[in-house]
Amino acid sequence: MSALLTLDNLTVTYDRHPAVHHVSGFFRAGSLTAIAGPNGAGKSTLMKAIMGELRPAEGRLQHRLTRSDFGYLPQAADINRRFPISVLDTVLLGAWRHTGAFKANGAREYRGADEALAAVGLGGFERRPIGSLSAGQFQRVLFARLLLQDAKIILLDEPFTAIDARTTEDLLGIVAHWHGEGRTVIAVLHDLEQVRTHFPETLLLARECIAWGPTAVVMSADNLLKARMMAERWDDGAGVCEPQAGSTLPGASRSPKPSIGGPAA
Amino acid sequence: MSAYDLLIAPFADYGFMRRALVACLCLALGSGPIGVFLMLRRMSLMGDAMSHAVLPGAAIGYLVAGSLSLTAMGIGGLIAGLSVALLSGVVSRSTVLQEDASFASFYLASLALGVLIVSLRGSNIDLLHVLFGTILAIDGPALALIGGITSVTLLTLAIVYRPLVAECFDPGFLRAVGGRGPVYHALFLLLVVLNMVASFQALGTLMAVGLMMLPVAIAQLWARSLTAMMALAAAAAAVSGYVGLIASYHLELASGPTIIMTAAVIYGFSILFSPSGFARRLFPRPHLAG
Repeated sequence: MSALLTLDNLTVTYDRHPAVHHVSGFFRAGSLTAIAGPNGAGKSTLMKAIMGELRPAEGRLQHRLTRSDFGYLPQAADINRRFPISVLDTVLLGAWRHTGAFKANGAREYRGADEALAAVGLGGFERRPIGSLSAGQFQRVLFARLLLQDAKIILLDEPFTAIDARTTEDLLGIVAHWHGEGRTVIAVLHDLEQVRTHFPETLLLARECIAWGPTAVVMSADNLLKARMMAERWDDGAGVCEPQAGSTLPGASRSPKPSIGGPAA
Repeated sequence: MSAYDLLIAPFADYGFMRRALVACLCLALGSGPIGVFLMLRRMSLMGDAMSHAVLPGAAIGYLVAGSLSLTAMGIGGLIAGLSVALLSGVVSRSTVLQEDASFASFYLASLALGVLIVSLRGSNIDLLHVLFGTILAIDGPALALIGGITSVTLLTLAIVYRPLVAECFDPGFLRAVGGRGPVYHALFLLLVVLNMVASFQALGTLMAVGLMMLPVAIAQLWARSLTAMMALAAAAAAVSGYVGLIASYHLELASGPTIIMTAAVIYGFSILFSPSGFARRLFPRPHLAG
């Protein structure tokens, strides 16, 4: 299986303190990966680094993808929910790859938007202003937009937080559909049951990579305990990190603090 | 007094009234949509800041031209407005100050500087003109400048409509698809400054923003969709301009303030009687079954 996106010794920092620390490995093309870990483990930071919103302090990302190959649903999208825009127009933004900033939406884009809305169970909502939607319905709209984006790699940052069981189930169906189409999906999740049931692969993150591989192997009691032991506060007196020569094999982490990091299972 | 005398004669008889009316209609067409985007970006007060920022440039133009030359003041105002927009953008990106705080600092400085420059050379009458506008003194070149600004505004808005909406509504999305949001933001700020310069000629630095933000507040009370909001804002501004000019002519009131007061009256009416207004609260309609 070929690597679609490779993290090479990736470190991302806030004020020089690492939020993602020496993470190496790769996402296979067509894989469906959950990123799990405690709060402050650097899950969202990793997503932002992949999207290019944060620059790595060390290491790099390797891929041959273009901007429009990425579909990204951030955790707390700074979307103005009171903006006077209809559901249909919101979904049509997903056709950006075809229309760009200036080209008109054609029959193909409208058909795609209709199909996407039907797929997320919002047929008939086209003309509704987004301000009138519930949180769950709005999340369905954002999934419809992602559907229309036709992205090769889809990043979801806690897509099911504050979403009810039925909506979550429907949207997980769409994630499975993407997986079936051979798209690469990476989702940050908190619900470990969800990870075990729906995601074949997991990256367990606690700033450092605790483990990365098949979900059943990664989500062992031992690894989860290691992840939970991650110190939430950063150390104000921390010295400069002196990396040792370590393995950069996929699924392995390079850690200056072996007591927490350790190689992958 | 016939309807013709009341509604049409002032414009048929006097060229300065005609030019004032055309200027008002142009300002309405450009400022309405721009104001809607300003409000949707929660930058309403920035429009106000911009209108003051134009002043020192206009004052220098006035000094150089030696009289109330609207063209010289317009060009000076454009340069000053753009500099303040740029400077405060730079300050908010490189210091802890947010954009609104840096704007506030710059426009207060600009207002003070502008009044100082005018008072160096000019009389109190000139100062009044700068502060409250001279819509009845708009000449041919000034009208061409205002009309040109309106045309540029409408054309630019039509071209960058989608990215501008995306940048207002979901900047994160625009970033993710590589949509160059900052470019459109800068372009939009340029349009704001241009419209402020146009508006400054007619309504003066203190009320230039009146024909931009009051109609937008009116439109927001009545309209639900973005296009309806922009059309309604432009219409409300145009009506305010026409009614304000008529009223100021017959009642012998100062034109600029009368125009803004007309908009304010429409705004008051809208607060009372629009779908989300007070009247609806006092007399609620029964809710629907589902």
